Amino acid sequence: MSTSDTSLLGALGHDTAPVDRPAGELRALARLTRSELRLVFRRRRNIALLAVLAAAPVLLGVAVKVSAPQNGEGPPFLAQVTQNGLFLALTSLVVALPLFLPLAVAVVAGEAVAGEAGSGTLRNLLVVPVGRPRVLLVKYAGIVAYAVVAALLVAVVGAVVGLLLFPSGEATLLSGQTVPLSDAMLRAFVVALYVAAMLAGVGAVGLFVSTLTEVPLGAAAATAVLTIVSEILDSIPQISAVHPYLFTHRWLAFGDLLRSPVSWHQMEVGLLTQVAYVAVFGSLAWARFTTRDVTS
Amino acid sequence: MTAAVGRTTVPAPWHDDDTALAVTTTGLSKRFPGGQLAVDALDLAVPVGSVFGFLGPNGSGKTTTIRMLLGLVGPTDGHTTLLGAPMPSEAARVLPRVGALVEGPAFHPYLSGRDNLLRLDAGDRTVSARGAARRVANALDRVGLGAAASKRYRAYSLGMRQRLGLAAALLRPRDLLVLDEPTNGLDPQGTREVRTLVREVCAEGATVFLSSHLLSEVEQVCTHVGVMSHGRLVFQDSLKALRLASENRVRVDTPQTRDAVAVLRAQGTGEPAVLSGDVVADLAGVPPERLTEALVGAGVAVRQLVVERPGLEDLFVQLTGEGFDVDE
Repeated sequence: MSTSDTSLLGALGHDTAPVDRPAGELRALARLTRSELRLVFRRRRNIALLAVLAAAPVLLGVAVKVSAPQNGEGPPFLAQVTQNGLFLALTSLVVALPLFLPLAVAVVAGEAVAGEAGSGTLRNLLVVPVGRPRVLLVKYAGIVAYAVVAALLVAVVGAVVGLLLFPSGEATLLSGQTVPLSDAMLRAFVVALYVAAMLAGVGAVGLFVSTLTEVPLGAAAATAVLTIVSEILDSIPQISAVHPYLFTHRWLAFGDLLRSPVSWHQMEVGLLTQVAYVAVFGSLAWARFTTRDVTS
Repeated sequence: MTAAVGRTTVPAPWHDDDTALAVTTTGLSKRFPGGQLAVDALDLAVPVGSVFGFLGPNGSGKTTTIRMLLGLVGPTDGHTTLLGAPMPSEAARVLPRVGALVEGPAFHPYLSGRDNLLRLDAGDRTVSARGAARRVANALDRVGLGAAASKRYRAYSLGMRQRLGLAAALLRPRDLLVLDEPTNGLDPQGTREVRTLVREVCAEGATVFLSSHLLSEVEQVCTHVGVMSHGRLVFQDSLKALRLASENRVRVDTPQTRDAVAVLRAQGTGEPAVLSGDVVADLAGVPPERLTEALVGAGVAVRQLVVERPGLEDLFVQLTGEGFDVDE
C-alpha cells in the first residue's frame, strides 16, 4: 500500500496497515501463474486429454511392431521406425499434430476465459483485483505451458516406446547422413519444441474466442473448427496464394531439422507466422476483454 | 409519505457536509446494449463506518449497481468513488481494501474450499505468498468452514457455498465490504451469524454495503438505507429517518365503524378507513387520548384502541410499490 493512502487512513479512523508486505510485481505475477498452472494441470479433464495423447505413440508403436509398414506406406517417418525407434517420436508428432494436439490445446484455451466467466469465478478474480490484462497474460501462459507439455509428452512417450520396441543406435537422417543417437535425440527435442510453438497460435486464437462467450466448450469447438478449416484451405491447391497466411501452413516444416545441414528457413517463417497470429489474436482478445461488461 | 420520497433520485441529506464517504456515485447510469435502462442516474452516498442497507426488489438494479461500483460493468454515464478514489481507474489500488461478494458465491467446483481461496489470494499482488495459508485458514475459521476446508466445493451445501463467498470477502482486513444478498440460501442460524459478522467487521471500523431484497434481513444491522425501485434510488437516509418517515396510525376496534369514522374525521386525523372491521387512520399529530375521550363522549363503543407504527416492511412496499414481484 502506498503512502498516498495516508489521508484516507485518517478519515477511516483506524489502522489499515497491511499485515503482509506486498510482493514484488514479478513475484506476484509468478505466483498467480503458478496458481493458474495448478488449475490447468490438476483438472482431471486436462489430465485425461494428456493421457489420450500419450496413448497415441503406444498404439502406433505396437501397430508397427505387429505389422511392419512397407517403404513409403503410412505417415512420414513411419518406415524409419523399424530401423531406429527414435523415429516413433517424430511419427507420433506428425500423427497428433493435425487434430489431437490442437484439439487438446483448444479445450484448454476455450476454458481459459469462458470457463471462468461461465462459472462466475471471473468476477471474483477481477475484484481481488487481478487486472484484466493480467488475467489474459496468465491465462495465455497456462495455455502455452499446456501446449509445451502436450508436445513433449507425445515426443517422450514416442521415443521411450520406440526405443523399447525397435533398434536404437545411430540414426539415418532424411538427407542420408548417419548421426549418433544423442544428436538425433536433440533434434527430436527441438522438433517437439517447434510443434509446441505451432500450437501457440492455436492457443492465441482460442484465447480470443474464449473472451467472446461464456460457454467454454463452444469456444473450444470453434477453435478446433478454425484449425481444421485452416488445414483444409491449406490442402486446396487452387488457393495457394492464401496458404502462406494460414497458421497451419508450416506446421510440418520440422522435417527440415532431420537434414544435415539443417535448413531453417521454412521453420523461421513458420515461427514468424505464429508470432503474427499471437500478436493479432492477443490484441483482439485484449481489446475485447478489457472493455467487456462482466455480467456473469 | 414525506416529501423526501418520490420517484426521483434522492440526494443523501449528508451529501454536502463533511461526512467522509466510503462509496459515492453521481449520476451513475447503465443502459445495457439491449436498450434496457438498468440503473438510472444514481446518487449514492455511503458514510464511512455505516452499515448501508441497499434495498430493492429483485431486478431493481442492485446487482448492476454493485457490479459498476467494483468495475465489473462499465457505466454508460456517471462517476463512482470507492474509499475516496475514483473507480475503475484506481481499481488496482482500492480493491485490495474492498471485500466483495457479488451475486452469490462462484468457485471452481473441483477445487476444495481452501484451494479456491488460495487461488484468489494468489491474485492479490499486495500480499506475499508467505502468509497465504494463515490468511485462508483465518478466513475459513471466521465463517465456520474450518472443518470443511479440504472438501471439494462441489460437495458444499448452498449455505457452505455462501459462507465460502463471505470468507473470500474476508481474506484480509478490509475497509469496505460489499455484500450482495449475503444471506441467500442460509438458514436462520446462518443468517444470524452473518449479522454478527457484519457487526464485528463494522466494529473494527469497516464500512459495510449490504444489498438485500428483504428489509427484515438487514433492518437489525443497518444504520443507513437506500431503496431502489426500477433502477432509481427512491429513498436514501439513516434508518432512523426512514422510521420517522412513517406516520403512527390509530386502530379502533368497534362495532360502530361509521360513527367512529365520523368522530376521527372531526378530530382532524388523516382520512379514516375501515380495514378488516377496524377503523384505521393516520394520527397526524392528534393525541390518542383525546381520540379515546371523543369516541367515548360520542357514545361509540370502543373495544380496543391501538396506536401502531407501520413496520418497515410496509414502508418498503410503499416505496417500491410492490412486494416480491420482479421489476422488469
